[in-house]
Amino acid sequence: MSSSTTTQERPLGLDPEGTVHVSHDHHELGFLRKYIFSVDHKVIGIQFMLTGFVTLLVGGLLAMGIRWQLAFPWTEMPLIGKVLFPETGGVATPEGYTMLFTMHGTVMIFFVIIPLLTGAFGNFLIPLMIGAPDMAFPKLNMLGYWFWWPGIVLIAMAFGAEGGGPAAGWTAYPPLSTVEAAAPGSLSGQNLWLLSLTFVGVSSMMGAVNYVTTIVKMRAPGMTLFRMPLSIWGLLISALLQLFALPVLTAASFMQLFDRVFDSGFFTPPDVVINGQRPEELGAASGGHPILWQHLFWFYSHPAVYIMVLPAMGFVSDIIAVHGRKPIFGYKPMAYSMAGIAGLGFIVWGHHMFMSGMNPTVGLVFMTATIMIALPSAVKVFNWLGTLWGSRINLTTPMLFACAFVSMFIIGGLSGIWMASTPVDIYIHDTYIIVAHFHYVVFAGSVLGIFASIYHWFPKMFGRMMNETLGKIHFVGTFITTNAVFYMMHQLGIAGLMRRTADPYAYETYAHLQPLNQFISYSAFALLGFQIFFVVNFFHSIWWGKRVGRNPWKANSLEWETPSPPGHGNFDKQVEVYRGPYEFSSPEIEEDFWPQAAKV
Amino acid sequence: MFENLSLFPETASRIASEVDALTFFLAAVSLFFVVLIAGCLVILSLRFRRTRAQQSEQIEGSLALEALWTVIPLIIVLCSFGWGAKLYYEMRTPPKEGMQFYVTGKQWMWKVQHPTGQREINSLHVPVGETILLTMTSEDVIHDFFIPAFRVKADTVPGMYTSMWFEATKKGTYHLFCAEYCGTSHSEMIGEVVVMDPADYQEWLNGQPAGKNPIESGKILFENLRCDTCHAAGSGQRGPDLAGRFGLPARLSDGQTVLFDEDYVRESILEPNKKLSAGFQPLMPTYQGQVSEDQLLHLIAYIKSMTDSEADSE
Repeated sequence: MSSSTTTQERPLGLDPEGTVHVSHDHHELGFLRKYIFSVDHKVIGIQFMLTGFVTLLVGGLLAMGIRWQLAFPWTEMPLIGKVLFPETGGVATPEGYTMLFTMHGTVMIFFVIIPLLTGAFGNFLIPLMIGAPDMAFPKLNMLGYWFWWPGIVLIAMAFGAEGGGPAAGWTAYPPLSTVEAAAPGSLSGQNLWLLSLTFVGVSSMMGAVNYVTTIVKMRAPGMTLFRMPLSIWGLLISALLQLFALPVLTAASFMQLFDRVFDSGFFTPPDVVINGQRPEELGAASGGHPILWQHLFWFYSHPAVYIMVLPAMGFVSDIIAVHGRKPIFGYKPMAYSMAGIAGLGFIVWGHHMFMSGMNPTVGLVFMTATIMIALPSAVKVFNWLGTLWGSRINLTTPMLFACAFVSMFIIGGLSGIWMASTPVDIYIHDTYIIVAHFHYVVFAGSVLGIFASIYHWFPKMFGRMMNETLGKIHFVGTFITTNAVFYMMHQLGIAGLMRRTADPYAYETYAHLQPLNQFISYSAFALLGFQIFFVVNFFHSIWWGKRVGRNPWKANSLEWETPSPPGHGNFDKQVEVYRGPYEFSSPEIEEDFWPQAAKV
Repeated sequence: MFENLSLFPETASRIASEVDALTFFLAAVSLFFVVLIAGCLVILSLRFRRTRAQQSEQIEGSLALEALWTVIPLIIVLCSFGWGAKLYYEMRTPPKEGMQFYVTGKQWMWKVQHPTGQREINSLHVPVGETILLTMTSEDVIHDFFIPAFRVKADTVPGMYTSMWFEATKKGTYHLFCAEYCGTSHSEMIGEVVVMDPADYQEWLNGQPAGKNPIESGKILFENLRCDTCHAAGSGQRGPDLAGRFGLPARLSDGQTVLFDEDYVRESILEPNKKLSAGFQPLMPTYQGQVSEDQLLHLIAYIKSMTDSEADSE
């Protein structure tokens, strides 16, 4: 591969003349090579982002479907009902509802949040922030994006699969997911779901290999590990998590696929009678164990939560430092605590399984590890507060979203301690508290972090600013409605309402919770509505936003040394790094910022 | 809009108020930190906004503060851990004596058998103030037995047994749910737990067709399936004598040891040669497809009840 030889010639991201390729000395590529099958990390990042917006809309509409059913069960669902349930005239069916929440979870995790954080921002930011002309393996990078597409196509096909879409939940617990008689959508839908996840996994794996290699091998001269912005730390650690955890999920998915297609019976215990039939009578093997899947699945899927939050933590740290004009408080503790969260993240998967008959001694080990995650999380939160102390805050839209991330993450983090406290978890397991908890982490946390990052790096991506007024309306609307939706879910959970029930009012106990559910649903519709401000702002600003120069935020890290937007090859001058990324308000110089690449 | 909004479930078991106490402790801790941190965020971002602050200070960090905000949360989480762990053991360690019920989950219903043999579906009648032990499994997919008012919940997993115990403290009718998503009609897999005076419970039992109790049924099965030809005392050397072995470690032919528990009995009936008892030949045929989940529970109940003295007397 040619890239390996060029890397040797310019080992730290620079060619012998001291400059790297810039767009004008590069022969013009056709539209297809430039925007569609591009090997340029920035284009690939933006491809991930735009595709992620489409999938985010799909996932969001699925959520609205869920909310409609919970607020107004068995009534005609406006707009999306006709598309999803044509045979009933737009009224959800129990099978259809199970498909809704299965697909909502799958789409949001595998097609929105992970690709937006690692695919979009990982791609766009890593080479720019470490001073490299591109990724270590540009073609592998392109392949990573295009391997995501079969996943998208397969999951889209799964909606219309014979027998209904996948409906075993995003956790796909066997035997519900493996024995066809057990669940609707167990025909081809679940197979498509498993294949789709495999493609997404391969895509993420290609990205992760690339990110780690690039960060380790291609940093500009002077860019030591502890001069890297925290964004890069977050992306590096989450890429490592993917490298170690993803193979387990891929293997487990294949085992489940084998169970379904070749009747292998990895997860089928002997002598179950499902829907009046023993799988053995239909020629399937048995003798496996359904709990095995849970171990394998959560061994990936718990670290996946940290894959979804660590990059956002890094981005938010950078944004707070830049817009607060102050060095990050405790830079090294911030980096170490991310590593601590990741390390502990590998030994806590059992807390998803406290209910599954686990020996209490084993449970205690998982309980200890889980509760310990509170410590690095607390370190991060207090360091963010420390950063704000004595700062000089520019309350821009990215800063508002970043502060919102901190306050929302603390709610999601604290409710995590409830789950780590097993006796309490026994009550709240599978209730709406769990739903509230992980939405505070991955929506109110990660997604608000993604918004902060978009507003912050948009000028670098497109050379124009996003509109501040629209941004602030978007922020206020999103912040209020997010809390209206997800805080109230805690109340539902304390009242005992369980998740994943198509009709929570089938029993009169919970009939009185319907008004609360309606309030949540109205808030959710408003939450979706407020995103219009974002969409308009984003696309309007691409073409008509205010033009900016290289460094509109007066930030220090290397991406701001490049033209906005950067040309092919990124840097049009030699970059060398002389200091860390957070030299704001240094008494040694007059300006209140001191770029990493500035010699004096 | 919100009249009759009961946002907290009833408290009707011995363990429930202890769980609630821990919940309230965590709620208080959470509330304190949310208010502290969100408050700090708001105050700091107003106090230090650009128009008011002239020049920001270049503070890089502080080891003392890092230590402080690691140690204080550590103390708090250790408290909640200690409290939680103690309660967890209490909840997971059933009392020795109690009324043994059997529960089988199935899409989409709960099947219950009383110690005296009465059966019911989607309802569970229990006397107040008695320790109720449940041994649970599932016929098909994973379900989860959840009684909110008692703060108890446990998965029922096909192919293995889970257990649960509770002591109801208040008469009344409480809700019973399946909490683990189990397919299309998951939200309709609901039932009720009726807590009665012991006398009323006895009367209720008398009004039900009793049939045989699980141990008797198991004994009959044990004979009908000809288990007794190899597994009774003095039946020869083909299979191990099962009397008095339940709950003790069992040595296997490959030198390992397993606990002789419900799961081991089930596995040995369905896959007899997987964990062969030490000193025996792999002669036993499989009983796959010949015994239902209910019958397996009966066999377990009987094997559990076999004591050395009983076996001797036979």
